[in-house]
Amino acid sequence: MDGLVDRSNPDWVSAEHKTGTTIMAVEFADGVVIGADSRTTTGAYVANRVTDKLTKLTDYIYCCRSGSAADTQAIADIVRYYLELHSVEIDEEPRVGVAASIFREFCYNNRDQLTAGIICAGFDEHKGGQVYSIPLGGLVVRQPFAIGGSGSTFLYGHCDSTFKEGMAKDECLTFVRNALALAMSRDGSSGGVIRTAVITKDGVERDVVLGDALPTFYQG
Amino acid sequence: MSSIGTGYDLSVQTFSPAGRVFQIEYAQKAVDNSSTVIALRGKDGVVFAAENTIASKLHEAKTTRRVATIDRHIGLAYCGFVTDGRSVANEARSYATRFRDLYGHPMPVSKLNDELSGYFHMLTLYGAARPCGCSVLLGAYDAAKGPQMYMIEPSGVSWGYYGCALGKNKQPAHAEIEKLKLSEMTCKELVKEAARIIYATHDESKDKDFELELAWVCADSNGQFEHVPEELHKEAESFAQTSMEEDSDEEDDSDEDED
Repeated sequence: MDGLVDRSNPDWVSAEHKTGTTIMAVEFADGVVIGADSRTTTGAYVANRVTDKLTKLTDYIYCCRSGSAADTQAIADIVRYYLELHSVEIDEEPRVGVAASIFREFCYNNRDQLTAGIICAGFDEHKGGQVYSIPLGGLVVRQPFAIGGSGSTFLYGHCDSTFKEGMAKDECLTFVRNALALAMSRDGSSGGVIRTAVITKDGVERDVVLGDALPTFYQG
Repeated sequence: MSSIGTGYDLSVQTFSPAGRVFQIEYAQKAVDNSSTVIALRGKDGVVFAAENTIASKLHEAKTTRRVATIDRHIGLAYCGFVTDGRSVANEARSYATRFRDLYGHPMPVSKLNDELSGYFHMLTLYGAARPCGCSVLLGAYDAAKGPQMYMIEPSGVSWGYYGCALGKNKQPAHAEIEKLKLSEMTCKELVKEAARIIYATHDESKDKDFELELAWVCADSNGQFEHVPEELHKEAESFAQTSMEEDSDEEDDSDEDED
């Protein structure tokens, strides 16, 4: 078997499901814009090409998941449970910072077992639109915009040069869609459609850009 | 208490045939025997005042405190067994820190009240425990929710209040508090009134010497709980003393009239 592919045990049978992923979130004056690609892979096999990686935590707080699909789904479920309990106890909509803080509790304490890179974003009455990045070790940091997942490595330069403070909602949406499309064309583990959501005090507006309508750039 | 010795007052686990738990009522008695503590909720914060008895002439001033900081924005005053009060304050501090650690923002005082009154109640349920021999007053202020104040009794019952008086002289203190237009007054005004009430209700012939403790959490203190600044404390104390003198002058006058 040395040097040969083991045909009896291809990686899509045993490899872990991963959201290879490009995810992104941007703060603007009235709220946040979040976005993600839709590819879930098992090794090289595309297990799901229309995944929804924008996961609802409360009416005004979402998270973008990257890393192990199982880990991030489980953590998101736990955080959603905590937030619901918390909002009943204090009789208020939970703050976005609270959601990020609960993510930290689990991502940091179990950092040796988990593969979960999460962006937590949403709106609250206290601080408006907020984006918190929670990368692998369990760090929590608020950022004006955040990118994550394997695809984000191709995006840092583009985002740094394109991002401006104080963009309007539509500018943010274009920023997110262009960046995601660029990452999806370079990163093998990202692809499919672009899902976006805009979260403001009025709630959530979700949208999708299908695979044949993605913004296109230099293809060479 | 006529019910003493009827056999139903040794444990919190047994109701009396009349449906009462005497140990809880005795704990309440411990609070009623204590020196006075009051709290006033004004329009911009909460003021605490305590009449701290001086048990010995050798006591160092300001070392017997009955008002404690729970978190930077929450104050707690206790009345009854001082040791029970201190351990409740420590319990409250652990709730407040745990909340801050998990959720990353200060604990709302309404939530602390829920948890702490649950702790009080738990002590009334088990044979191995003794009900808390103190009542506590909780106060906080923030710009969004305004001033908030709660009182928890040894039974675990708790309500929100505009004004509260606990301890030996709670009846006359209550009467004085009810005369105030609390929701229209600022904390600066209330500090003086609180000092006056403590002095006015203190019975010099019966009660021991005392040291006045004043603390607040309000707009002026930036939403932080603290003892009132030295200068204001002195001002309030001299206001209280002069209004006492005025009162006694008036009484003297009326005595003369009667003659």
